[in-house]
Amino acid sequence: MKLSEKWLREWVNPNVDSETLAEQLTFLGLEVDEVTSSLPQMDDVVVARIVDVLPHPDAEKLRICEVDNGTSDLLQIVCGAPNARIGLVTALANVGSSMPDGKKLKKAKLRGIESFGMLCSGAEIGLTADNDGIMELADNAPIGESLLSYLELDDNIIDIDLTPDRGDCLSIRGIARDLCARNDLPLQLHEITEIKQQIDEAWPVLLASSSACARYVTRVIRDIDMRQSTPIWMSERLRRSGVRSINPAVDVTNYVMLELGQPMHAFDLDKIQGQIQVRLAGEGEKITLLDGREVTLTAQTTVIADNSGAIGIAGIMGGLSTAVDENTSNIVFESALFLPEQIAGKPRLYASHSESSHRFERGVDPALQRDAMEYATGLLINMAGGKPGPVRDWQDAPRIPKGEPVTVRRSRMHRILGVALPDELATRVFTRLGIAFDETAEGWVTTPPSYRYDLRIEEDFIEEVGRVHGFDQLPRTYPAHSATFRPVAETRVPTIEVKKHLAAQGYQEVVTYSFVEAEQLKTLRPDMEALPLANPISADLSVMRTTLVSGLIDTMRRNHSRQQGALRIFETGLRFLPALNTGALGLDSHILPNHGYDIQIDDKLVQQTMLAGLVVGRYSPENWNADDREADFYDVKADLEALFQRANGATLSFETSDLAMLHPGQRTAIKCDGVRVGYLGKLNPEVQKSLDVSQSPIVFEISLEAVCSAKVPQVAPLSRQPSVRRDIALLVDEAVTHQALLASVEQHAPDWLRDVVTFDVYRGEKIENGKKSIALGLILQDFSRTLEEAEVEEAVAKLVNATTKDLGAVLRV
Amino acid sequence: MAIDLDGLLDDAKSHIDDAKTLQTLDAVRVEFLGKKGRLTAALKEVGALPKEEKPAAGQAVNKIKVAVQALLEERLQLLENEALHEKLSADAIDITLPGRAKTRGGLHPITLTIERISALFGQLGFDVANGPEIEDDYHNFEALNIPAHHPARAMHDTFYFDVNRLLRTHTSSVQIRYMQSHQPPMRILSPGRVYRCDSDQTHSPMFHQVEGLLVDRNVGLTDLMGHLEGFLKLFFDQDDCEIRFRPSYFPFTEPSMEVDIRINKGSWMEVLGSGMVHPAVFRSVGIDTEAFTGYAFGMGVERLAMLRYGVKDLRQFFENDLRFLQQFN
Repeated sequence: MKLSEKWLREWVNPNVDSETLAEQLTFLGLEVDEVTSSLPQMDDVVVARIVDVLPHPDAEKLRICEVDNGTSDLLQIVCGAPNARIGLVTALANVGSSMPDGKKLKKAKLRGIESFGMLCSGAEIGLTADNDGIMELADNAPIGESLLSYLELDDNIIDIDLTPDRGDCLSIRGIARDLCARNDLPLQLHEITEIKQQIDEAWPVLLASSSACARYVTRVIRDIDMRQSTPIWMSERLRRSGVRSINPAVDVTNYVMLELGQPMHAFDLDKIQGQIQVRLAGEGEKITLLDGREVTLTAQTTVIADNSGAIGIAGIMGGLSTAVDENTSNIVFESALFLPEQIAGKPRLYASHSESSHRFERGVDPALQRDAMEYATGLLINMAGGKPGPVRDWQDAPRIPKGEPVTVRRSRMHRILGVALPDELATRVFTRLGIAFDETAEGWVTTPPSYRYDLRIEEDFIEEVGRVHGFDQLPRTYPAHSATFRPVAETRVPTIEVKKHLAAQGYQEVVTYSFVEAEQLKTLRPDMEALPLANPISADLSVMRTTLVSGLIDTMRRNHSRQQGALRIFETGLRFLPALNTGALGLDSHILPNHGYDIQIDDKLVQQTMLAGLVVGRYSPENWNADDREADFYDVKADLEALFQRANGATLSFETSDLAMLHPGQRTAIKCDGVRVGYLGKLNPEVQKSLDVSQSPIVFEISLEAVCSAKVPQVAPLSRQPSVRRDIALLVDEAVTHQALLASVEQHAPDWLRDVVTFDVYRGEKIENGKKSIALGLILQDFSRTLEEAEVEEAVAKLVNATTKDLGAVLRV
Repeated sequence: MAIDLDGLLDDAKSHIDDAKTLQTLDAVRVEFLGKKGRLTAALKEVGALPKEEKPAAGQAVNKIKVAVQALLEERLQLLENEALHEKLSADAIDITLPGRAKTRGGLHPITLTIERISALFGQLGFDVANGPEIEDDYHNFEALNIPAHHPARAMHDTFYFDVNRLLRTHTSSVQIRYMQSHQPPMRILSPGRVYRCDSDQTHSPMFHQVEGLLVDRNVGLTDLMGHLEGFLKLFFDQDDCEIRFRPSYFPFTEPSMEVDIRINKGSWMEVLGSGMVHPAVFRSVGIDTEAFTGYAFGMGVERLAMLRYGVKDLRQFFENDLRFLQQFN
């Protein structure tokens, strides 16, 4: 909220400069966003009166004004404002005054007529946005006095960012109370005098106990002259608070709200039909609000109604049908207490956030309604005359919020704050904040003042002591801590280790949004349902990702557009698999969920931590002796194998996959202990085309858990016997996979086959079309003896025969 | 004696000196010292001499043989050195050429920052706890003392899926899940993605927070301040790093405060929110508020990373331009 420093200092005036005052507010928890000067942007502007107006001989829109600026001579000033008229008191910038652009105002000639100064609009001086004409000041404004002193412009506008618990500080008085406590000063009480009734008339009111209203204070005022203008001091204070001056009645309600914190409303009495009823709206009941919008109400909304229906939404906004305007002469003032629980949420529901609803949602002082009514009446009749009726005060006493006494233990205060502050400090803070207290052996029994909705439990009062004293004044300590051992699980590979491992292999980690464009996601995984956001920030961030690959594709696209061709990137994070329409979980047959690893909130959604990668472009960066080839499937497969090997957890196998987003000839399912944990492959060129990316990258995605569980190594004995190697080349059909061949070899090998190295895969000359030659190096070694040549020959022959039988392999010689 | 020993020696000397390669030198050796070599022949002739002449003649021949061997050895060393030298100069490379190229990889600055925070709090015994990003209303709001329609909900521009499910607006929700399943004392950090329905130059709809929670028998506000001040000074590792604590409001802490830092007399920047765990939060997870007190804090990872690494635009973290990311490798 914005407020004038001068206005604030009328309530409490600590002997500190503006900067310190702002700092005090910030350290009270009333964070000052900004302090701006309200000084005009021209330094020599005075109050002046137009004495005569003559037409300009050569310009229809310009006029020649004779202006009295308080000196002995009248000034001739050429002016184009439509409201320049004889008798108008306005603002005159003298020749020599500084201008907003930093230049000096000079004597000028406009269409041949000399002009000695400039009559100014509010906007030209930098006071208001009003640029329709020159300023209109009060008729009795002192001619010749500087505008600065006349309008008390040597003021600051303090903009405070209040937290939602401090509804009591949504007023000058509320903020002053906190400053009083900080500076140990009393509040400069503003006497509010009772305004005697001049007429007997009171408007009948009916209060429904189910409504949000716990107190409803009204007063009829007749015979107001709404054509009177609001005095400059009031409109200036309103302006500095960011409120526009409208008419005397509305300005008074705003002024009282800003100063005391009580939102008020003025109804045009002559437009009210019958009794005022404060009741719940009928479901579907309609009202046209002051701003001209028609809204449809729900049955939980409290309205102010008359016989015609709703004439205002309680505490939020008045209706158009009973609005006060310049023709109004009789009004009913409303000063009510609407309870926060029943107002909360409604402004959002009706998109009608107002200064009033802002305060009622946070809690308005239940003791304030009558004072506010008296104060407003006094202000209004001073400005616009009128005959007030009696104050009517309807109360639903049991529902008026009342702060209950709370026990505040000294020991608890010391424990929560961490330091033993003296009792005197606590009692001084309580006193200055208006907190009533009784001293007891263990501390105090405190009762909050009516305006503090936020003081309900012991800790709330403890905070007040710490806050007013200043958290910054407290010492810094370290809590007592008995260190204990915590388990270091060797069977878990921390995620950061997985990331570091990939980084060491040349992968760059990226972080992309968890919400993605629906269409791209559908192109990648048409088989998966994605969870849509109810209120996405934009169409391209509208559904939760079912695969991390989508974000990687975006990253590739963006980097390619910035001439970054070669990419090797990865990301870890959650993907989101919602339940299907059938109610069944939307499981991914290509990557099964990792039960127990990720925390789930219900059985309608799977949130699964994934690791995904994308590789495209050169295998190694361009260099004088670099390998110039593109990175391929096997490069990435090697990286994944290394990752799985590092986790050392489970048996890894690569099997055929039918995942459509991948190239049918270059894709694989990754299985851990027989369970599908991920996939790897080249992006299907069809998909690449529809995604509008220039190259088909190699992509992979695995359930992170699959590379995070490790086995504790159990060392196997080493053989001291010599090993022998036999190399064989086997000719097989293209369809025979390496994995199948190896499985066949391992199945038929003697137990002294230590290792198999695949050292060549050959196609071409001397090899029949549709066949390939796979060359294996067999490493043979026994634990107890040196192998005999004959048994080695025999074993190898047996192996070869078995592969012939199993797979039709032929030994090449 | 028929052999001119002096001539033989001179001859050997000149042959050895003429030998330019190891091969020719070896041929010289054979010519003189080989089985059919000239010195071998001379020794044979000595054998044929009358007995009384043998010793003197033998000595003479031997002397020459030793001399020739020494000459050969000397020459051999020389030639070998030359050969080695030649080989070494032939093997010389331009050591200024760059090493064989490898793709540079690295971690995202957000990960680096979270790691740095975790490393510092890890020293105080904080463990890392994770939680779901799609949360229910209870864990994100209700259990944190933010009932429906609470004005504090306006502080969180929330992404919703339906009435009950939303994208977590803070990692404080992890606190609740952790406290529901563990017994105090506890010290945890929960880093992770959080979401707010807000996007401009200084707001990203997704960003990262690290939430900290310490629950023990006797924890006070000054302990929170001690820990946070110690952390921030070490995180920024900067002599001129000022820290200030301001009262604030969070429904799940009481008292609550915000922490600002200022480096090298720059402007104050808000970096985290914190406070003593509100008794209502402890009650919602069944922790005895008389037996235990606790503190909690939440810090914006991007904000800390921006200050530490001089990143000016928040959006750079999520654009993933390699030229940006690789500066952290």
